[in-house]
Amino acid sequence: MIAINNYLILSAILFAIGTIGVLTRRNAIVIFMCVEMMLNAVNLTFIAFSRYLGNIDGQIFVFFVMTVAAAEAAVGLALMIAFYKNRESIDVEDINLLKL
Amino acid sequence: MESIFFIVVAAVAVISSILVVTCKNPINSALSLVMTFFCLATFYVMLDAPFMAATQVIVYAGAIMVLIIFVIMLLNVKAESNKRGTHAVLAGTVIGIFVLFQTCWFLIKGSMTGLPGVMDKASIVKEGHVEMIGKALFTDFLLPFEITSILLLAAIVGAVILAKKKI
Amino acid sequence: MFEYVWLIPLFPLIGVVINGLFGKKIKNEKIIGGIASGAVFGSFVVACGILVQLLSLPGEERHFEKTVFTWIQSGNFKADIGFLIDPLSAMMLMVVTGVGFLIHLYSIGYMHGEEGFYRYFTYLNLFTFSMLLLVAGNNLLLMFVGWEGVGLCSYLLIGYYFHKKSAGDAGKKAFVMNRVGDFGFLLGLFTLFWYLGGTHNVWTVNFRELAANADLLVPGAVVTTVALCFFVGAMGKSAQIPLYTWLPDAMEGPTPVSALIHAATMVTAGVYMIARMNFIYIKSPTALLVIACVGAATALFAATIGLAQNDIKRVLAYSTVSQLGYMFLAMGVGAFGAGVFHLMTHAFFKACLFLGSGSVIHAMHHALHHEHSDADPQDMRNMGGLRKKMPITFWTFLLATIAIAGIPGFAGFFSKDEILWQAFANPHHGGMNIVLWAAGAVAAGLTAFYMFRLVFMTFFGKTRLSDKAFHHLHESPFVIVFPLMVLALLSVVGGWIGVPKVIGDALGGLPNFFEHYLEPVFAYSTAYMSHGGHGAAHHSLVLEWGLMGVSVLIACGGIALAYALYIVSPAIPERITAAIPVLHRAVYNKWYVDEIYDFMIVNPTKSFSNFLWKGFDVVVVDGVVNGVGAAVRGFSGILRHVQTGMVHNYAFSMVVGVVVIVGVYLFR
Repeated sequence: MIAINNYLILSAILFAIGTIGVLTRRNAIVIFMCVEMMLNAVNLTFIAFSRYLGNIDGQIFVFFVMTVAAAEAAVGLALMIAFYKNRESIDVEDINLLKL
Repeated sequence: MESIFFIVVAAVAVISSILVVTCKNPINSALSLVMTFFCLATFYVMLDAPFMAATQVIVYAGAIMVLIIFVIMLLNVKAESNKRGTHAVLAGTVIGIFVLFQTCWFLIKGSMTGLPGVMDKASIVKEGHVEMIGKALFTDFLLPFEITSILLLAAIVGAVILAKKKI
Repeated sequence: MFEYVWLIPLFPLIGVVINGLFGKKIKNEKIIGGIASGAVFGSFVVACGILVQLLSLPGEERHFEKTVFTWIQSGNFKADIGFLIDPLSAMMLMVVTGVGFLIHLYSIGYMHGEEGFYRYFTYLNLFTFSMLLLVAGNNLLLMFVGWEGVGLCSYLLIGYYFHKKSAGDAGKKAFVMNRVGDFGFLLGLFTLFWYLGGTHNVWTVNFRELAANADLLVPGAVVTTVALCFFVGAMGKSAQIPLYTWLPDAMEGPTPVSALIHAATMVTAGVYMIARMNFIYIKSPTALLVIACVGAATALFAATIGLAQNDIKRVLAYSTVSQLGYMFLAMGVGAFGAGVFHLMTHAFFKACLFLGSGSVIHAMHHALHHEHSDADPQDMRNMGGLRKKMPITFWTFLLATIAIAGIPGFAGFFSKDEILWQAFANPHHGGMNIVLWAAGAVAAGLTAFYMFRLVFMTFFGKTRLSDKAFHHLHESPFVIVFPLMVLALLSVVGGWIGVPKVIGDALGGLPNFFEHYLEPVFAYSTAYMSHGGHGAAHHSLVLEWGLMGVSVLIACGGIALAYALYIVSPAIPERITAAIPVLHRAVYNKWYVDEIYDFMIVNPTKSFSNFLWKGFDVVVVDGVVNGVGAAVRGFSGILRHVQTGMVHNYAFSMVVGVVVIVGVYLFR
């Protein structure tokens, strides 16, 4: 029986790495992938807690998170395609129409 | 035994996630992410949630990652030529480490809150994990379930409209 | 008839409403003038009825109060819109409505052809309304409403020819000086109210109640203050030194306005007010002395200025100031009845003089217009020999002038003589009496001189007009001449109702109707004066006849001097002027009083206002307001750099935000 702390620390590490990825990379799709990783880290936390509390609610929540992530993936990628059509690039630094 | 297994899988997960962040080629990042998802699915199985593991592989690794790889290939994304400025990388890394630090602090200092329930390994085996999730989903969480369907509809419509050549 | 006293102010008010709202559409001058004059005539009829009814009552019962509605009611204090009928107010009502009606009639002819005809009559009716409120009101607050109203109408009417800058300036000057006086009036009112209420718990401003409580007013600092403050109001309204300079400038208005407002009615409001509040003034010998000195000084001062003026209306204006000084002199020595009597006779002959001068100016204007000349129709140096062409005007003018000069038998003689006698013999002020009498006597002489100078220069001698212009002179129409005749008649016979006792006895027991009539009003003061050991003027018959003879001699001397200088040898005045150039210039320029006021008061006030405007309003107030805007702009200019427009900056700030929030939660 592995203590819950291990799972939680692992989840934290994954989340932090995801954050670093969001703030560091330039490619929009890679940024999106890092966001997915952050979501997954949270999912792991939920399921760990669900197991150790004996409550099924955590897993239901994960279910919904996955659904939302799927929807978000669809829309986000469609957005990037639309953006690519305009600019011929998906570099985040090129999304700067609101620049001073 | 279990601990060794856990540590190995955890190491694989962490390394592949670092690869996601650091690879220049987006396809490499995508494949590393798939690896991470598989590791996570393994964890779910270890945590007595087999249905979740299956769902994870099907939805994330099977649908979302495939979609991402399609888009990468569609847009013909090249490898990133130059990284962002060092300042940005440094700032990002520092903040990330801060986030990690805060979370660990919570872990050490905080206490587990949350309603305890009656589920345990024996009942999962007896009743069946899918049936348990189904019961909860269609009774306590019926409204979110229905709303999710509308959410998906909106996402579909949105995606179609956004990606069209002309509206 | 007493019950209908409220009709008296109502008729002119109706005239105001009709003429004011519809006057512009009613193009017919006769209708407008008819409505206005008819309204005042209606008031006159009601006033006559009231007087008749009043006279039918015995002396002590001659008072009546009619309350129309309650205006203010607060705890014990009550002030209402009500009218007081007693001998004094009945007399004032007759004078105001009677002379007012004649002047309205006159104006129909005088203002013929003016644009803004309806505006003139609206303002004139409004003035009549306010004046009637002033004299008939039964409490100090209502009197003050009328007081302010006449000040306002004076401004409106002086500035009637508003296209001329001098007219607008004169109107403003009149109003501002009146305001200074009004401030004094208010201070007196407040002090009296507070004193009676705070110390004696009598909260009232009603005249009859104040008179009933007159014993509570002990002689002292407070009562003197009250009296002097009210007198400041009278100084402003009745043009005494130092607040008199507005009256000569007020001649910018049309001549009937000068006759009504600045001769017969508004300027007498101060005298009326003092007569009304005689029970206060009698308690304060200091205030009375001040009033007497100011009155005498004004009488003398204004008479000296009138000597050298060339504009016919200016001479009459200074004469008005001087005669008002006489009235205040009378009030100041405790001879309230004599002062009011002079008020009445002065209204008659001064109105006649002003209207007559208006007739002359009217004719001169036409004559000069025919000649296309730019000469001033009001300048006496352009006139001369008018009596052949304008006989009725001449004779009425002459009668009024004889009255003002104080020739026995005419109205002015009885009133002026009574004042001079009271000033000399009344033991109120000890040694000052002789000085006061001397000032009054000299002023009388000067009055006779300059008034006859006016008559001689205007009507006698060889005309200084060109032949063509002189040919075009003609008598004024009936509507103008009729009031002149009525007023001249009154100037002659009006004095006989107030014959002094000494003459009346000599003439076989002719009583002094006027003094008896006003006795109930001044009964308290008379009793107080004799009570305190200050008996009435001790009757030394020889002294009285002697003084009378002296004043007649002075008057005749003045007339003779004027005759000598202006008829017999017209060259002498220039030689005299040349001999005393400095003095003449000083007198001609009104002793430079206006210039002194400008220097001491007007210009410092203007500079201070300029400083407040440029130094304070623009710099501080606008600076603060604009500064706030500039500060916001500057701050936002710095703040907007946060929004770089770059997506990863936003993501970074989001993460930083999360870290901060969680950190706060962690380390709380």
